[in-house]
Amino acid sequence: MTEIDFLADTMRRLLVGVPLTIALAVVSVACGMALAIALAVLRAGSRIAEPLVRAYVFVLRGTPLLLQIFMIYYGLGQFSWVRNSIAWDLLRQPWWCAILALSLNTAAYGSEIVRGGLNSVPSGAVEAARVAGMTALTRYRRIVLPIAMRQALPAYGNEMVIMVKSTSLASIITLMEVTGIAYAIISETYRAIEVFLCAGTIYLVLNFLLTRGIGALERRLNPQLGQAAH
Amino acid sequence: MFSSVALLGFGQQGWGDQLLLATLMTLAVSVAAFLAGIGFGILGAWAKLSRAGWAHVAADTYTTVMRGIPDLLVIYLFYFGGSGAVSTLAHLLGAQGFYGINPFMVGTLAVGIVSGAYQTEVLRGAYLAIPTGELEAARAVGMGRMLMLRRITGPRLLHYALPGLGNMWQQVLKESALISVTGLVELMRQVHIGAGSSGQPFVFYLAGFTLYLVLTTASGGFLRLAEAHSARGQRRA
Repeated sequence: MTEIDFLADTMRRLLVGVPLTIALAVVSVACGMALAIALAVLRAGSRIAEPLVRAYVFVLRGTPLLLQIFMIYYGLGQFSWVRNSIAWDLLRQPWWCAILALSLNTAAYGSEIVRGGLNSVPSGAVEAARVAGMTALTRYRRIVLPIAMRQALPAYGNEMVIMVKSTSLASIITLMEVTGIAYAIISETYRAIEVFLCAGTIYLVLNFLLTRGIGALERRLNPQLGQAAH
Repeated sequence: MFSSVALLGFGQQGWGDQLLLATLMTLAVSVAAFLAGIGFGILGAWAKLSRAGWAHVAADTYTTVMRGIPDLLVIYLFYFGGSGAVSTLAHLLGAQGFYGINPFMVGTLAVGIVSGAYQTEVLRGAYLAIPTGELEAARAVGMGRMLMLRRITGPRLLHYALPGLGNMWQQVLKESALISVTGLVELMRQVHIGAGSSGQPFVFYLAGFTLYLVLTTASGGFLRLAEAHSARGQRRA
């Protein structure tokens, strides 16, 4: 097989893993963001929840993601009450373990980003909403969260890029996404450099598209910023 | 509960000695990777700040690629690629089979190169944050390049870069767990081995959580001290 044939063949095999990589990233970023917003709002609004959320963030940000994945995939199975519970149906499947670990992990980092966004909401806007008679829920939905998320978007975009990269760890618990397939091809052929080139290109393209998308969303949410360029 | 205390304790029955040794290995490989990262970071920042166009393009490519690709993939590249190169060399010399190269070196280089891409940006930002007036003043009093680096640029750069470098250290510490895939017995690997052979995975992974938290918390405290030290004599905003 010539060099070009090998590269083309490798690329074809790696592309099969792209849907799984994207699915892992999209599902865990979506679940993680929902949890991140909930954690940040809890931390800002409840004195009982505040230390708990801080402890959660401390543990999840202070330990490696790989360890968190192993804890969920192998560690929880030690207890028979876990194995006998309804959750075991999900916890014995690598896909759900990866989703759970990735979501919990990104929620910890994400909640800190959202917290920064919440802190940037001008108090005048919140007061005005209060004066207008909005309930706390309406206030969060209409005023606080839109402003906070717009503020948090650039930093959250970086977190999403990190998440795309983090999905590669799912290969260690047998999920054949792009990195898993790359590992399989390398251990068959020992042609690490060629496989790295192909897999690397895939991740670079994915992350390039992602950052472009976030940039477009940022301009859409901040129309006043776009005008200076014209 | 008592059995897990004995399991993680020191001595014949316990895994305490191995876990402690593995923690030290994690610390050693992280320090080595972080220092390698500073080296790559200095080169990258220097290239990005230089006026030569090719250096700029090279450094931009380096940071874009390394920040966009999973670290695990980079570790595989160095582990298999490096071993492949060594094996090819061995075959040329008449030997047979597969030759692995030192996992410690592989991990140090792979994590260091990825970390260096981030450190490039930290160091570049820190250099640009130095007030130009201070550099001009140093030149005006006739300082040479080395003296300026030692007295003005170095201390200022360190002060501005320290928070960012601290974040990078914490990241390297956590990233070092990925080196376990090469077979290097650092904390992640040791905990995994213990989990597998004792039949009590939860206990061992919990020990792993605790030990990593000790490492990150202790170095976080140390970094705060270093930042306070480097801030002495500087005007607060």
